[in-house]
Amino acid sequence: MITELEMGKGESELELGLGLSLGGGTAAKIGKPGGGGAWGERGRLLTAKDFPSVGSKRAADSASHAGASPPRSSQVVGWPPIGSHRMNSLVNNQATKSAREEEEAGKKIVKDDETKDVTKKVNGKVQVGFIKVNMDGVAIGRKVDLSAHSSYENLAQTLEDMFFRTNPGTIGLTGQFTKPLRLLDGSSEFVLTYEDKEGDWMLVGDVPWRMFITSVKRLRVMKTSEANGLAARLQEPKERQRNQPV
Amino acid sequence: MGASSTLLMVSHGHCLLCFSCLVTLIAHFESHLKPFLFFLSISLSLSFRRLSVSVLMGLRLPSKVLEHIISFIDANEDRNSVSLVCKSWFETERRTRRKVFVGNCYAVTPAAVARRFPKMRSLTLKGKPHFADYNLVPDGWGGYAWPWIEAMAAKTPSLEEVRLKRMVVTDECLEKIAASFKDFKVLVLTSCEGFSTDGLAAIAATCRNLRELELRECIVEDLGGDWLSYFPETLTSLVSLDFSCLDSEVKLSDLERLVSRSPNLKSLKLNRAVALDGLESLLRRAPQLVELGTGSFSDDLDQEALSKLAKAFAALKQLKCLSGLWDVLPEYIPLLYSVCPRLTSLNLSYATVQMPDLVDLLSRCSKLQKLWVMDLIEDKGLKAVASCCKELRELRVFPSGADLDETDVALTEQGLVSVSEGCPKLESVLYFCVQFTNTALVTIARNRPNFRCFRLCVMEPFAPDYRTQKPLDEGFKAIVERCKDLQRLSVSGLLTDKAFEYIGKHAKKLGMLSVAFAGDSDLMLHHLLSGCESLKKLEIRDCPFGDAALLENAAKLETMRSLWMSSCFVSFDACKILSQKMPRLNVEVIDEHPPETRPESSPVERIYIYRTVAGPRLDMPEFVWTIHKTPEIGVSNLAIKHCCGRFTFHTLYLISILFPLRC
Repeated sequence: MITELEMGKGESELELGLGLSLGGGTAAKIGKPGGGGAWGERGRLLTAKDFPSVGSKRAADSASHAGASPPRSSQVVGWPPIGSHRMNSLVNNQATKSAREEEEAGKKIVKDDETKDVTKKVNGKVQVGFIKVNMDGVAIGRKVDLSAHSSYENLAQTLEDMFFRTNPGTIGLTGQFTKPLRLLDGSSEFVLTYEDKEGDWMLVGDVPWRMFITSVKRLRVMKTSEANGLAARLQEPKERQRNQPV
Repeated sequence: MGASSTLLMVSHGHCLLCFSCLVTLIAHFESHLKPFLFFLSISLSLSFRRLSVSVLMGLRLPSKVLEHIISFIDANEDRNSVSLVCKSWFETERRTRRKVFVGNCYAVTPAAVARRFPKMRSLTLKGKPHFADYNLVPDGWGGYAWPWIEAMAAKTPSLEEVRLKRMVVTDECLEKIAASFKDFKVLVLTSCEGFSTDGLAAIAATCRNLRELELRECIVEDLGGDWLSYFPETLTSLVSLDFSCLDSEVKLSDLERLVSRSPNLKSLKLNRAVALDGLESLLRRAPQLVELGTGSFSDDLDQEALSKLAKAFAALKQLKCLSGLWDVLPEYIPLLYSVCPRLTSLNLSYATVQMPDLVDLLSRCSKLQKLWVMDLIEDKGLKAVASCCKELRELRVFPSGADLDETDVALTEQGLVSVSEGCPKLESVLYFCVQFTNTALVTIARNRPNFRCFRLCVMEPFAPDYRTQKPLDEGFKAIVERCKDLQRLSVSGLLTDKAFEYIGKHAKKLGMLSVAFAGDSDLMLHHLLSGCESLKKLEIRDCPFGDAALLENAAKLETMRSLWMSSCFVSFDACKILSQKMPRLNVEVIDEHPPETRPESSPVERIYIYRTVAGPRLDMPEFVWTIHKTPEIGVSNLAIKHCCGRFTFHTLYLISILFPLRC
């Protein structure tokens, strides 16, 4: 006998929030703050109202995708349904285009050789796209689109939104809600680290942004207590990549 | 012996299977074999689809004869039907099957497959659900190739071909393949991950008779281009090489030498790092190529180099497929003109070519059957395609901007309408567009009732018909009503439950359906599960349906390969009930939060349900929950009789009814 369960629609107390999906791009906030611990908190399924109508120009530039604007179709996880190879390629085209535009507009760019590289010959080396982010204590990793960010502050904000504001049920982090996390200045319980192309784990923030995005392979939000002796911590995350079934 | 029909009736009064001239044909073995087999396989498949069983009573074919007959049957669908006829046919069929296809690697255990098909030469496996392509399946979910490779290495070491899709393949797997299968020939990995170029080096170095090595859209840890140099000088058997998804530069001289000593090379797909000047020397060494994927197409070449390259292209008399063309500069497009008239497949989806250049190129491709392009082609370009490419069977139009809110691209629904009008053979479409109208869909359906695959992605979620502001229900209704042979459908835009009522009512041949941001209630799911008879794969995201429809149509789920739902309203409680009620389904809840931390009626993040004879899987990560992991439910009443794993899923019902099983 199948027990009659309440229809999901009628059960208005329980609705899903976007933040529970895997993160890709900036985490979209649907206007409700993530505060409060109990699972029963209201989130909302995305509805048509969340997507401003087609054709209206966005206020936010391509230069800054910081979270204030409403979710755009490109910010919803896995939407539109384009495979990651293609997404990365599109993102690279975008980066090339905007870099070219920037140069034409005569703006100052950090490294001249880098621009030459990017504008004339895209030789495939500047592969900026989605990279993996793992956080200590959180089982499911996320992916973040680096090219959608323009600075460390941007990136830190996205990661904070992804891991701290949208997971009301995450064990052990309920205390973090009300204050900004400040991943970058070392004042919080967590620090942001990254693995570079040589396989070394470093603290995020030391090198210029543009250099960072070309050398970063993946990110890890690490407990400050474990971040001491950063250079020594290497192999364990790598080992997790070798998937051995039980 | 006269050509009299022999009718065999099953003693239990089941349906008839009619064999004309059965005895005559066997006597005149060779000459009449093919029509007999054709007839046999057709009647068997027809019989099976009418869910009837015919048993060969009293007519004992010598097993060698039967084996010989069955060895001509190639298609696995037919072989599955053959294996249902009776036990001896099952046994004979399984001993002669060489190409094994497993659509869900968790539906059956590797050991069972290895045991059943000892003569396996080719194995094709699929792992993660399709939505993994869009980052909806978390890393670590599963889909490991290792247990399969290990089992086959032990039981069927004469395996020659391995094709994997959406699986986790490690370097150990690749090394094991290289070491265990002495005559290994074909490795095709599509959307796989978990390995590095070191694994490729192992394959290259060890597989003496390697014919095909293809990496399609894989995520590979790229440790450099050295792997290519591991192909020994003695390797001359290469037919196909595709490393287009790798980043690092390979040494051109290694590649040149490899190409030179591979006279059978038909397909070569380079990665972006192979520069244009390298391309000329490669093409010169392989004028017999049928498929070419270029590298980056944007270097500065001088006049002499350009004319040499033009000559090299013109020499490709057999070329049918062209892809790659990253960053192609408009002034280089004329280099391709010489191959256009023979091209049947053209993938421009990575080439940022503008409409006028595209039109120039495509107007020369009169034989084109498959076209992948970006929306830079615009409506005008598609109109040109409609008038020039009359052989077109498949069209895919991808968005060109990562920032998808740019609405200044001149591609609208009109483009697809033109193509549907002008291309009579068009049967497969994937179209990304910002908005659509019902009228366009109705017109398209009317023009092209022969669609087999129709995937429309209106990129703005919940976008209505932009002229009438109505939902796109009527448009998709026309599609499913008119296109009787529709096997795959993706819907988008604003849709109410009505749209799904139409789909359930008309889409009788539909095998795979993808839905996102649609519907109003549980009715939507109910229409689909109760209406679509041939449904095998259903994937849904962000739709407001809940538990009732799922539980009411639970039996349907065992007739499907899989069901994926994410960001819907299904509760953990329903998953538990479903799992208890249907022991042959694995109901996986993919959720970061352990079930104990919230009420059972609260919705879960993602569910993946699939039928299986393998029981619960043992390699689940910590964020995947099934009933077996919840202590209060326990495992005792869900133990699955493992002997059932010997048979394919279809046979489970029928043979268990007709024949006593030896477990």
